[in-house]
Amino acid sequence: MSDIKIERLDEYRWIIPPVGGMRVPGLIYADERMIHAMGMDESPRQVANVAHLPGIIGHSLAMPDIHWGYGFPIGGVAAFDMEEGIISPGGVGYDINCGVRLMATNLQIDEVKDRLRDLVVALFRNIPAGVGSESALRLSVAEEKKVLRQGAAWAVNRGFGSEGDLATTEDGGAMRGADPDCVSDRALERGQRQLGTLGSGNHFLEIEVVEEIFDRRVASAFGLTAEGQVAVAIHTGSRGFGYQVCDDFLARMVKHRSALDFPLPDRQLACAYLTSDEGKEYMAAMACAANYAWANRQVLMHWTAQTFEETLQRSPRDIGMRLVYDVCHNIAKVEEFEIKGRKQRVCVHRKGATRALPPRHPALPDVYREVGQPVLIPGDMGTGSYVLAGTDKALEETFGSTCHGAGRVMSRNRAMKASRNRSITAEMADRGVIVLAAGKKTLSEEMPEAYKDIEGVVNVVHRAGLSTKVARLRAVGCVKG
Amino acid sequence: MTKDADQAVRPPYRIFEHTADLGVEICGIDEMDLFRNAALALSDIMTDRRRVRGREEREIAAEGGDREEVLVNFLREVLYLHNGQGWLLKDCVISEMDEFHLCAAVTGEPLAHDRHTMDVEIKAVTYHRAQIQRTEQGWTGRVICDV
Repeated sequence: MSDIKIERLDEYRWIIPPVGGMRVPGLIYADERMIHAMGMDESPRQVANVAHLPGIIGHSLAMPDIHWGYGFPIGGVAAFDMEEGIISPGGVGYDINCGVRLMATNLQIDEVKDRLRDLVVALFRNIPAGVGSESALRLSVAEEKKVLRQGAAWAVNRGFGSEGDLATTEDGGAMRGADPDCVSDRALERGQRQLGTLGSGNHFLEIEVVEEIFDRRVASAFGLTAEGQVAVAIHTGSRGFGYQVCDDFLARMVKHRSALDFPLPDRQLACAYLTSDEGKEYMAAMACAANYAWANRQVLMHWTAQTFEETLQRSPRDIGMRLVYDVCHNIAKVEEFEIKGRKQRVCVHRKGATRALPPRHPALPDVYREVGQPVLIPGDMGTGSYVLAGTDKALEETFGSTCHGAGRVMSRNRAMKASRNRSITAEMADRGVIVLAAGKKTLSEEMPEAYKDIEGVVNVVHRAGLSTKVARLRAVGCVKG
Repeated sequence: MTKDADQAVRPPYRIFEHTADLGVEICGIDEMDLFRNAALALSDIMTDRRRVRGREEREIAAEGGDREEVLVNFLREVLYLHNGQGWLLKDCVISEMDEFHLCAAVTGEPLAHDRHTMDVEIKAVTYHRAQIQRTEQGWTGRVICDV
């Protein structure tokens, strides 16, 4: 049980008043039920711990899908001053630029429902998934370094998808400042074999159907035009490359922590000043991993489109698979905000949180200029996803951030026990979802009960005004690692 | 393999609850035993270690500012053998150690999908709440892994 004091600010906002070494208050977005559940774990303590770090601006923020992580909570957002602030690998997470991309199609579910099993089987065959899965792509180190510099554009230049995909990818699918010289040989070695793989754990590729549209004007701008429309969601990140970048820099920063001029409340919060060489090198290496992840999702999208064409024996034009958007939800980025009446560049950490830009924001592509950024929120396995749109309020209150998913409530171990003597595949089939998984354990760990109710999470961000509901998609087919 | 033999090769560890991650608590009769068991536990969680043969030997060195950091850094090296080099660990001998350093010789073999099964992908061994304690029975250690 957490001993952290939490005070109610209004219906969906809760404050952790600054005590001890906290430099700013904590601010959690949640409903009353979620806050009570949070009291049972350590996530509010972790929100408070992040508030101890130098240069933090405003609040140590937490989204309603917050859960107990290591170091930073998952669902945490924190912005730091560029001169006095820090950057922390633990505030980004091991899976750098873990994210989601959603593709719309011209297909209606009625046209493909008899071929759904064939589609899932073919996707399972063509998309490498599972523990230690390897790609059909093998990169030389020289080629890998191009991926690290160019991101999704590398994939597009080699025929994976089209130029237009870059406009609807966060940051155009490439983070500036990526420097492969800041990356270890170990990370490079791991990255050579995993571009174009899904991985395991909570990563997935899902065939979904538009179930409900809340805002037709915005949904239509996003290319989601009618109930029954088929879409595909891909949730994965930078694979072993990103894990190794995080691991390398965390170890370095843990080693050098005694040189910092402030105490660390948790070793996993090890960090470096943004102005220090170590901080700059991490930023440059992290950008490489972010770019690797964008290239990865771009390649997987292309293979998905090809699989649809081959299985359904229909032309690309007929299927019309197109990228709605690609968001990252584990990242630290330098972004500009208006803070206390003046424009300021800050380093925003989003660990299990999604950027949510409002209409007319300069970083938006032209097609979404009037409606805001699509925010993609995957639920638990087989639930489907929500599509939301960014708001001005998120820009004012949360450094343009919102939730990222359902958030775990059950440990993997407990989920394993709860699923004993049950067939999760059969249960999912009863719900109308065809699931193929590389590992039986993954299915048990990822079963729906292990997660918070996605609807509850989305309703909080919607009602708190951090993003607005646009559409809900239901899963009908799922490939898991 | 008999049930007794199964038990004999399984290192003394248990998994503890941690919402998104995997907590591992390891025991040992002394510090060297604790560190050895931690390496075996990591391998045991990832694969059926009974099917791994000790055909090759590798050396591992780790250091840290205290015992906990040495433990995490040692396990990071063990994990890298698998994640980075596609290798599985069968056994481990700690050849020398003090509070800040450790050297170990590990045996194992390259991962072969027709022979080995991979149960869990461990992304990383974290420093979060890493703990080593002396108890009446010997030593215990706790680490949290990102899975």
